[in-house]
Amino acid sequence: MPEKFDAIVIGAGMSGLAATYKMASAGLSVALIERGDYPGAKNVMGGVLYRSMMEELISEFWKEAPLQRPVVEQRFWLMDENSVVTTGYKSQEWAQEPFNCFTVFRGQFDKWFAQKCTDAGAVIVNETVVESCLKEKGRVVGVRTSRPEGDLYADVVILADGVNSLLARQLEFHREWQPGQVALAVMEELELPAEIIEERFNLDKGMGATIEIFGDGSLGLVGTGFIYTNKKHISIGVGTLLSQIIEVKARPYEMLEYLKKHPMVSPLIRNARPVEYYAHLIPEGGYRAIPKLVGDGVVVAGDAAQLVNGIHREGCNLAMTSGRLAAEAVIKAHQAGDFSAGQLSFYEESLKDSFVVEDLKKYKDTTHLLEKNPQYMNQYIPFANRAMHEMFTVDGVSKKNKQKKIMKRLFTDKSIFSVGRDVFRLIKAVK
Amino acid sequence: MKQKITEKIKKLNLDINIDNKLYLNRWKTDEDSHLNVLDNTVCAEHCPQKDCTAFCPARVYEWRDGRIMPGYEGCLECGACRIGCPNGNIQWRYPRGGYGVQFKLA
Repeated sequence: MPEKFDAIVIGAGMSGLAATYKMASAGLSVALIERGDYPGAKNVMGGVLYRSMMEELISEFWKEAPLQRPVVEQRFWLMDENSVVTTGYKSQEWAQEPFNCFTVFRGQFDKWFAQKCTDAGAVIVNETVVESCLKEKGRVVGVRTSRPEGDLYADVVILADGVNSLLARQLEFHREWQPGQVALAVMEELELPAEIIEERFNLDKGMGATIEIFGDGSLGLVGTGFIYTNKKHISIGVGTLLSQIIEVKARPYEMLEYLKKHPMVSPLIRNARPVEYYAHLIPEGGYRAIPKLVGDGVVVAGDAAQLVNGIHREGCNLAMTSGRLAAEAVIKAHQAGDFSAGQLSFYEESLKDSFVVEDLKKYKDTTHLLEKNPQYMNQYIPFANRAMHEMFTVDGVSKKNKQKKIMKRLFTDKSIFSVGRDVFRLIKAVK
Repeated sequence: MKQKITEKIKKLNLDINIDNKLYLNRWKTDEDSHLNVLDNTVCAEHCPQKDCTAFCPARVYEWRDGRIMPGYEGCLECGACRIGCPNGNIQWRYPRGGYGVQFKLA
């Protein structure tokens, strides 16, 4: 092991692995430090990996990477207590190369990705916690690990240490996250034979589906329930803003059981055996929560930089892209022999020009709007269900009168003005 | 809202033993806790609601004998307690390298 590396990456998640792979492939000496037994042992994701961003790193990776199922259908449910309004999109195009996205198990995928990094020349140090960044004259020059004589030095350190991001906070790149800036998600992996999954979700052999559930799936709190199909498992989980779950004093695992027992959900998971249970925080602070990204000798990427688009349940693609862009900036800095914040700010600029920051900017007010206005989740979704129920229940009442009844119901609860305002605000927040 | 949610959950008559969920996972338990309550008097005297006993997804925190006891062995390492404690009274570290929960799937 050389005494000093060109770069040290902290955390073998999506952004850390992407950065490591890119830099090692460019010939830089890279150490990737991971606290788990192996890359993936600590990583938790709902389960959708996006092809396009991964392919910018490894072309046609699906031919060799351990994947679960290509996603051919994405369903969206507006759920009430005993009913659901459904919509979604299914495409045969997503069932063939180059695919749109895949369900994956991070415990398997990250291990594979890490092997690609090793093949490219990176050194992976497992079972090691980084306690702090080493600084000299105000610049980061390495890391102090928990191992005896565990100091490692490098020109640049990439902090890809995930949502908890203790190191970026130590460097005062941001303050502690607020409970409204993170979602707490719990999830279970349920085992079922592949054919049963395919039958229940109406899938061709080997293909997969995802369901995002709004409304009663998260008991009306700002958040979602979700169901993803894997080869022989179903991932089922629920995530809500930490601030909200604290406020209503709900227990996360009770919310998960509520979802599993919901009459719209339970037939899909009947007789499925739980095999693993997870909890994880998801950054939801959005555009306004993005911390300082660059310092002398250091950059921040992925969840540590709050780069998650919660509205579209996208995270790993933002992580991979930020990791890759961070690596590109480090490669440039390496060529220039300059590792100052000024030189590394190339990362910040390219991130701002990419879809990552563009998308976060677009939705910068959405989560906040939903948090401050519970009616979207706990009034309009039940209303949509009742409206559909009214229209499709055949009982001799004319359709015209049914429409009147629906509108009357809406406006007994709310004034025309407040409905108009809610619609306007929502459009403004997502446009 | 709070009441409605409590009622909905109550109606299900759930009897969840969190250990049954935690037993599904693989663990390598360290001797020392990576979770520590900084000041027990804060919990006892200035925290009537004791939120951590409810929102922790692994039910790590229990109010027993006049103090909060972190059962760190079953910690899922999510970090919610550090951010959610209204008094910033939880010292949260990662477990020692290689220790703690070990996921195979997800």
